[in-house]
Amino acid sequence: MNYFYFPLEEWTNMFVDDWLIPTLGGFFDGIRAMIGWVLDIVASILLWGPPELWAIIIIAIAWKTAGRGVAIFTLIGFLYLGSVDLWVEGMQTLSIVIVATIFSIIIGIPIGIWSAKSKTADRIIRPILDFMQTLPSFVYLIPAILLFGLGGVPAVISTFVFATPPCVRLTNLGIRQVPEDVVEAARAFGATSWQMLTKVQFPLAIPTMMAGINQTIMLALSMAVIASMIGAPGLGNIVLAGISRVNVGLGLIGGLGIVVLAIILDRITQGLNPKKT
Amino acid sequence: MKKIEVKNLTKVFGSHPKKGISLLQEGKSKDEILRETGMTVGVNRASFDVEEGEFFVIMGLSGSGKSTLIRLINRLIEPTDGAIYLDGDDISKMDKTALLNVRRKKLGMVFQRFALLPHRTILNNVEFGLEIQGLDPEERGKKAKEAINAVGLAGYEDSYPDQLSGGMQQRVGLARALASDTDILLMDEAFSALDPLIRKDMQDELLTLQEEWKKTIIFITHDLDEALKLGDRIAIMKDGVIVQIGTSEEIMRNPANEYVSNFVEDVDRSKVLVAENVMIKPDVVTTFKDGPRVAVRRMQEKGISSIFVVDKGGKLKGLLTIDDAVDAIRTNKWVEDVLIQDFHQTDPDTPLTDLIGVAAETKYPIAVIKNERLAGIIVRVSILSGLVLGKGENGVEESEDNIKQMVGDSITEDVKQGGEQS
Repeated sequence: MNYFYFPLEEWTNMFVDDWLIPTLGGFFDGIRAMIGWVLDIVASILLWGPPELWAIIIIAIAWKTAGRGVAIFTLIGFLYLGSVDLWVEGMQTLSIVIVATIFSIIIGIPIGIWSAKSKTADRIIRPILDFMQTLPSFVYLIPAILLFGLGGVPAVISTFVFATPPCVRLTNLGIRQVPEDVVEAARAFGATSWQMLTKVQFPLAIPTMMAGINQTIMLALSMAVIASMIGAPGLGNIVLAGISRVNVGLGLIGGLGIVVLAIILDRITQGLNPKKT
Repeated sequence: MKKIEVKNLTKVFGSHPKKGISLLQEGKSKDEILRETGMTVGVNRASFDVEEGEFFVIMGLSGSGKSTLIRLINRLIEPTDGAIYLDGDDISKMDKTALLNVRRKKLGMVFQRFALLPHRTILNNVEFGLEIQGLDPEERGKKAKEAINAVGLAGYEDSYPDQLSGGMQQRVGLARALASDTDILLMDEAFSALDPLIRKDMQDELLTLQEEWKKTIIFITHDLDEALKLGDRIAIMKDGVIVQIGTSEEIMRNPANEYVSNFVEDVDRSKVLVAENVMIKPDVVTTFKDGPRVAVRRMQEKGISSIFVVDKGGKLKGLLTIDDAVDAIRTNKWVEDVLIQDFHQTDPDTPLTDLIGVAAETKYPIAVIKNERLAGIIVRVSILSGLVLGKGENGVEESEDNIKQMVGDSITEDVKQGGEQS
């Protein structure tokens, strides 16, 4: 089938090496510095003080949002993380997830609102989201290294790319789902578009948006593990070490640690969803 | 004083609305325009005015453009052509800020499906319009409470809409519109989603509220009974055109065209109840072989003061009162000698209205005779309740069976009470 050669590979490399990095290098350095700074803050907060402090705080949050059962599970999970000596790695993974999720929410929700309000925006954004979700994650690990080097920052970036789409999509959906007659009523009473958004559409969209944020966190966790391949610290690293050394036990304790974190995060974010009495 | 003046208001939905306007001016009909251009004429050069404090009803079937028309007034739908003067200012020419101000201060609206905010309490829902206007919380709470009291929902301030019945939710919708204290209320089929009895209550209350709060109301409905009951004046719409404007009397007496007269006839037909509709089965009749003692006992059993007497073939012989029956026992007379004949007889097809006079005069039940047999009896109250229930309040949709049922019940009551009194 090769009637002609399509040098996409060479062009891409030329574009990245000869134009992207020289021209926008400063810009990427800025992003790197900013994300690195945020990541450092979150990681050092989570690793500040004795692990017991954070364990108690997170268990309390779990109890408050998701009930006693989840709190007990959290306690058992944390005892496990401590007993296999993976507390630090767990918190490192958690800090990448938290930072990536924060960026996903900060950027994803406004884009979701925009695409709910404008058909044109929706038409442009939708294929980009499809692209972000279907492109194999390993593919953008490579440019992430090129542009941001190794370590936590490229991990946050690639996690952000992977985890943002559900946040955008479900914000969009949540706002579009607001009943037409309620929107019409708000208009009839003289609401501005900002009032419409803040007093009507946003509050009614929150349950759907929370489902999106939950999805974002879950995807962020899975990507934060894969990102260990580009030097992200955390539980993924343990699993990676287990694979490279064919150490089944090491892989298992790392993998179980990820499962524990995933379940805790999932239950807590689901519990955050406002329940009507 | 004219509160609202609507002049040539037109809405054409489609790709080239301006072309639709010129086609309308050429005299093409809604159907022709749809066929030729694919555009839909929502409202076709509607003109009317509403006086201050007037209750103006716009009536039409679905698709007649009435809901579009009411939305053109506060520009929830942008007019294609024409003008809406509110206190002399043309709403259709207003910029965004002025329009928002008019919506906030002058045009309250109530919706068919209530359109309440499910995440807010009743109090916060009622406050919505005031909150949009930027009033401080204390003042808007005060005004909202006033409105909630006015619609009779005091005590429900902290409930959520889904905890309330449909009728109560619409009260909240009404309170929300009242709280903003606008001069004008736009009501889009406000009571159509409610069941008939609740609808009647709401109509009554709305009339009371209007008297108290002196609102100018533009009310949309597809129900002519509702229109006749509520409207000071009624505009009837068909295919986007206002075909007639007038008081209930004018419209009933002098329908502008066939469309309107069809409507009115429809109402009349459902309104004209005949004797047969309200009569009850004469299940308390002594046949001739029974003596006065049997008659007395049967009257005691049923708690009535008189009873019709028929022969074996069911032919009516006369009316026996309890006094005469007792007399007959004492003087040992035969029932036939004491029967009264001065009661009124009627056909099953006699309109109820013709029986009003009779009912006022006679103290006995009216006998309904069909094929020379006693088919049923009518007591006074059944005529009155038939007129009341049949007319207006319950709407055309109310099935005849239902009316019969209700009337029947009240007759039974009446028979018993009448028996005790006389």
